[in-house]
Amino acid sequence: MWHQIRALVVKELLAVWKDPRSRFVLIGPPIIQLMVFGYAATYDLRDVPVAFYVEDRGSDARELVSRFAGSPVFRTVAWLERESDIARVLDGRDAALVVHLGQDFSRDLRVAQPARVQLLIDGRNSNTALILAGYANAIVRDFNLDWLRRHGERMPPANLVVRAWFNPNLHSRWFIVPGIVALLTLVVTLVVTALSVARERELGTFDQLLVTPLRPVQILIGKSLGPLLIGLVEGTVIVLVAVLWFGVPLLGSLVLLYLGMVLFLLSVIGVGLMISSLVRTQQQAILGAFLFLVPAIILSGFATPIANMSDAVQLLTWLNPMRYFLVIVRGLFLEGLPAALVVHQLWPLSLIAVASLSAAGWLFRNRLA
Amino acid sequence: MNAHGRAGARRMRLRGLLRKEVLQILRDPSSIAIAFVLPVVLLLLFGYGISLDARKVPVALVVESPTAETASFTASFFHSPYFEPRAHFDRRGAEEALFDGDVAAVVVLRSDFSRRLYGPRGAPIQVLVNGTDANTARLISGYIDGAWRAWLDQVARDSGIRLAAPVTIESRVWFNAAVRSRNFLVPGLIAIIMTLIGALLTALVVAREWERGTMEALLVTPVTTSELLLGKVVPYFVLGMGGMALSVVMAIALFDVPFRGSFLVLTLSSALFLLAALGMGLLISTVSKNQFVAGQIAIIVTFLPAFILSGFIFDIESMPRAVQWITHVIAARYFVAIVQTIFLAGNVWSVIVPNALALAAMAVFFLGMTRRRTLKRLE
Repeated sequence: MWHQIRALVVKELLAVWKDPRSRFVLIGPPIIQLMVFGYAATYDLRDVPVAFYVEDRGSDARELVSRFAGSPVFRTVAWLERESDIARVLDGRDAALVVHLGQDFSRDLRVAQPARVQLLIDGRNSNTALILAGYANAIVRDFNLDWLRRHGERMPPANLVVRAWFNPNLHSRWFIVPGIVALLTLVVTLVVTALSVARERELGTFDQLLVTPLRPVQILIGKSLGPLLIGLVEGTVIVLVAVLWFGVPLLGSLVLLYLGMVLFLLSVIGVGLMISSLVRTQQQAILGAFLFLVPAIILSGFATPIANMSDAVQLLTWLNPMRYFLVIVRGLFLEGLPAALVVHQLWPLSLIAVASLSAAGWLFRNRLA
Repeated sequence: MNAHGRAGARRMRLRGLLRKEVLQILRDPSSIAIAFVLPVVLLLLFGYGISLDARKVPVALVVESPTAETASFTASFFHSPYFEPRAHFDRRGAEEALFDGDVAAVVVLRSDFSRRLYGPRGAPIQVLVNGTDANTARLISGYIDGAWRAWLDQVARDSGIRLAAPVTIESRVWFNAAVRSRNFLVPGLIAIIMTLIGALLTALVVAREWERGTMEALLVTPVTTSELLLGKVVPYFVLGMGGMALSVVMAIALFDVPFRGSFLVLTLSSALFLLAALGMGLLISTVSKNQFVAGQIAIIVTFLPAFILSGFIFDIESMPRAVQWITHVIAARYFVAIVQTIFLAGNVWSVIVPNALALAAMAVFFLGMTRRRTLKRLE
């Protein structure tokens, strides 16, 4: 029985590998994407265009402005002369932030009234707006503390001392790159699986497969092992690039990482085979793959935290295999998550794998064989 | 044949081609599903699903020796809508909760908090955040910062001493005063969904014809390449615009996203974008001639770049210079800028015109390339 399955696996791998174009799409694009997205997907702001509208010529005003202009987060694009210019630079996206100091700024500071600095932020991307406001807050807080110290005034009674665990410098790349491991293995494996049966049905070779001595369950195993191998190789390459090129620390155990990866791939393969047996053409298979991929990625916590989603949608994410694998990958990379905690993610993943593979098996028997 | 007859023949051929495409669309309803079901499902899921506004952040508060002062500080957490505070009595338990992911941050008030409060250097308040997700970590420490400042103001008012900061910030967020992330995510999602629809609709269609050999059959008929392309583009263009209209209605009616620009400008720029997306799909399928490859390429060059490189979530200006260059070949980048501006800011020509021109150039490029590649196959 096993040598029959092996023959089928070899045939599956050859079907993908012998065509130079399909060989290329399995290797080239994932690596290119990892490199590009690894650099692109970051929430850390740099070089944000900022414009200043300063009506006060005092030294305190100059010092505060130079703290903004000197920060690597901001890039000065304009010094405004009129209030009406504010709308012009914000509307046209020439600046994402306008810092406005009124003409009373120095006087207010001298007479011990709170001096106001006005920040006008482009809210078309509210996430960037919030992060910007946070950076600006920190600049003003430092200015305040220095000013109080210099003028011998009373310091605030209590101060925050903030420390970030696992990622002390708050690099968002460390968070995103392990996520891309999950993202790309998902995409490649799902499409390979979803198309494998659909292609054979469209070309008519699936009927030939059915008249061989192979039983449906053997065909199913053969059809799963090929994509599993492809996914594992793909995942290994991406993990290597993450560690060697991007320098993301891999603190946890490799055994746990591969255990998670195999379970994740099996769940994805189950879904892919389900799609494959429900559709008649490759076009429908690609569509089905998309219909699963897009929500699976957006509702996984890859780019936006699951905790921010509405309660109903959070319930839905329990069914998403990528959700669990993301926790495993990120936890193993950055936190060195111990086995006891990884298990909390592994058992739902195994349930999903068993459920999706059995559903695929049932569909195989009832719709195809 | 006279000119009139030629024009008539061309019209007839085109009508025949269009009829064939429409029949093909109707026979396999997956195209109609792409155009109308996909946007509805995705917008519902994402519109309600994704948000960058952290809500009810679980925070462990460790008070080593409770006094009136510590109580006034922790009260500011219990009254804030952003936190779900949990009292802890020792630091170890709180740190374990942070490690297990049960809480997102730990705030520690040491046993000497009240004694050092009015000392010369003030009392330190220790904050530990889980930095794994750097963006969320920053937002949460921002919220904690806000709670701390609110508490300082309170102390200043109660004790009558001036503690107020010398410089205060007055921020105003334009176009999205409530800083609702849905207001920018939903218009961005429309751009992403349109990228999917446009490329998916056409990427597989032509690849299938090559794979099945029906393309050769079409090429030996008197149909010209331009007619062939027109016959492919027109029906899917109509479907795509229908999907776009549906998405815009949902954004306004269901998600209450403000719409400050004009519908005419939005329609025109969507048409340009759709032509670019359809052109890209046609080019993919013409080059690959194989549905497996076309499908992989469509996913690789459409959805993921539109999601990550378009400025939809991640800020383009903050990317390294080389990656910023790459974003210029992503059509979604221009469309995201246009859609977000038309929805939230209005008809700002300095944003719309350059981006629309870029879309037009991409449409011409993709359709022209497809035409050339198809011509070559004839030889």
